[in-house]
Amino acid sequence: MSAGKGTSLRILSAGPGVTVQDGGRHGYLRYGVTVAGPMDPFSHAIANGVLGNAAECAALEVSLGGVEVTTEGGRVTLAVAGGDFEITLDGRPMPSALHLALEPGAKLRIRAGQSGAWCYLAVAGGIDVPDVLGSRATHTRSHLGGHEGRVLRAGDVLSTGGPAGEETPPARILAPELLRSSEVIRALPGPQADYFTEAAIADFLTGPWTIGPRGDRMACFLEGPVLKHSEGFNIVSDGITMGAIQVPGEGQPIVLMADRQPTGGYPKIATVIGADLGLLAQARPGAKIRFRSVTHVEAVEARRRQAEVLARGFVTEPLVRTKFTSEFLLGINLIDGVFG
Amino acid sequence: MTASKANLAYPDGPCFLDSGEAALVVEFGRGVDPQTHERVLALDAALQASPVEGLRESVPTYRSLMIHYDPLKLSRSDLIAYVHRALNTPGGLARLPDRWVMPCCYAPPFGEDVAEMAAKLGISPEQAIQHHQSAVYRIYMYGFAPGFTYLGGLHEEIAVSRRATPRPPHAAGAVLVGGGLAAVATFSMPTGWYVVGQTPERLYAPERDKAFLMEPGDEIRFLPIDAAEFAALEARALTGEIVARKEPL
Repeated sequence: MSAGKGTSLRILSAGPGVTVQDGGRHGYLRYGVTVAGPMDPFSHAIANGVLGNAAECAALEVSLGGVEVTTEGGRVTLAVAGGDFEITLDGRPMPSALHLALEPGAKLRIRAGQSGAWCYLAVAGGIDVPDVLGSRATHTRSHLGGHEGRVLRAGDVLSTGGPAGEETPPARILAPELLRSSEVIRALPGPQADYFTEAAIADFLTGPWTIGPRGDRMACFLEGPVLKHSEGFNIVSDGITMGAIQVPGEGQPIVLMADRQPTGGYPKIATVIGADLGLLAQARPGAKIRFRSVTHVEAVEARRRQAEVLARGFVTEPLVRTKFTSEFLLGINLIDGVFG
Repeated sequence: MTASKANLAYPDGPCFLDSGEAALVVEFGRGVDPQTHERVLALDAALQASPVEGLRESVPTYRSLMIHYDPLKLSRSDLIAYVHRALNTPGGLARLPDRWVMPCCYAPPFGEDVAEMAAKLGISPEQAIQHHQSAVYRIYMYGFAPGFTYLGGLHEEIAVSRRATPRPPHAAGAVLVGGGLAAVATFSMPTGWYVVGQTPERLYAPERDKAFLMEPGDEIRFLPIDAAEFAALEARALTGEIVARKEPL
């Protein structure tokens, strides 16, 4: 697709699994259409929030395979947030939570870093790919949405719609929420916890679980104690939400993620709460996690806290300061910092 | 998964199950039967008829309605009260189902697996096709892929189990049988089901005004066509024309 007159992002190189994702394709589950959307919705919303975009705006989802981009047609203001990825701007190291305006010809490279499995590159105004069934999210299995319904590769040009952005030197996004540990994931029991023995539920909560090697955007495979069903392991297919933890016959849980099928036929012992979906998504193969059971009230409270963080907005700290902005001064800790 | 088990419907009303804090499953039973499914569709229609702030979308399945909601806008208890009101509102289905006549070519290469399936069942290919085309099917739900329809009503003589290992990809529009159910596919993909025919109709056509042709609860019957008719209908369907027709129930 040609980028037209406005600004655009050019993909210089992309590892496997880099896609365009917005908040997801909602409203068509009843027709078998997968929601897709970000694996780590909170980080996706932070990257958009820093730019003043709506939380659901279309952004690049970058996998462990990494990506390198440049801009064409003018300067593009962008933000990167998510796992602790290694970012360079024309070879210079940048923080993993980054806000800047990328000049035409400048190269921004994002590579897997110390931790985390996904990060999001959002652009001011959002990535302008066609709206398909109300969404720009890519679902590769059904070739829907995003850029030609597929993962991105070198040479792809994505329109970023708007006019050239203002000059913005690189700045670090101050978002301690991005540094959360993935060790304990909160889950709400059900909807089919009664299909498991009491021992299985205890084992489920004790774990520990190792993230298996064959995960993708569809599911996260867990390895650990074998969970025993009390009532067989086939149910008549019913709906599946993101975070649903289904347990097939061999007793090893599968957490269904962004690209899950709309319905499925295995009992679901528990469901990862919305606020912790991103934590699970960021755990790499081989990482150990445990589940902690929470109530519906606690799950809603965690969701509310995340919504408040997003509503409050984010402070950025310029890497090279020429003057102290009031946002910066409000964002730093003046009590025990160098000003003490 | 198998069909029937009508005795598994809950007599005292549905139960409410949490699927995370933002989805509520209203479960009417554990089996597959038209009565349970009617109750699912009636609730779905009632909720769609009077939307409430915070309700995102509802997903009818064989035996339950999954309601996605925003718990920061609509509390779980308010949602359940709202569902109870909808269940107690007389009126039944807001929408009468349609019955569709779907052209289907059973001849090879379209009905690629008819002979294999018939041999497995110990009947002739002609009998297998006769059983498939004589039934009236109900769309229980969509799932698996956009527009992929799960159909109940399969003749018990061809209620073959699914394959142990998937077969190579079939065409979009493949008419499938397996696990006691029938289905119509909308994308080319490998499958554990048997391919008994192919329809030129497109149950999912994103560029068409009505991207998804049929609704859960609609009925389907298959009309045998030959390869020449298939080619002619397929050419018309590719222009966006709907080549299945409705008939009175």
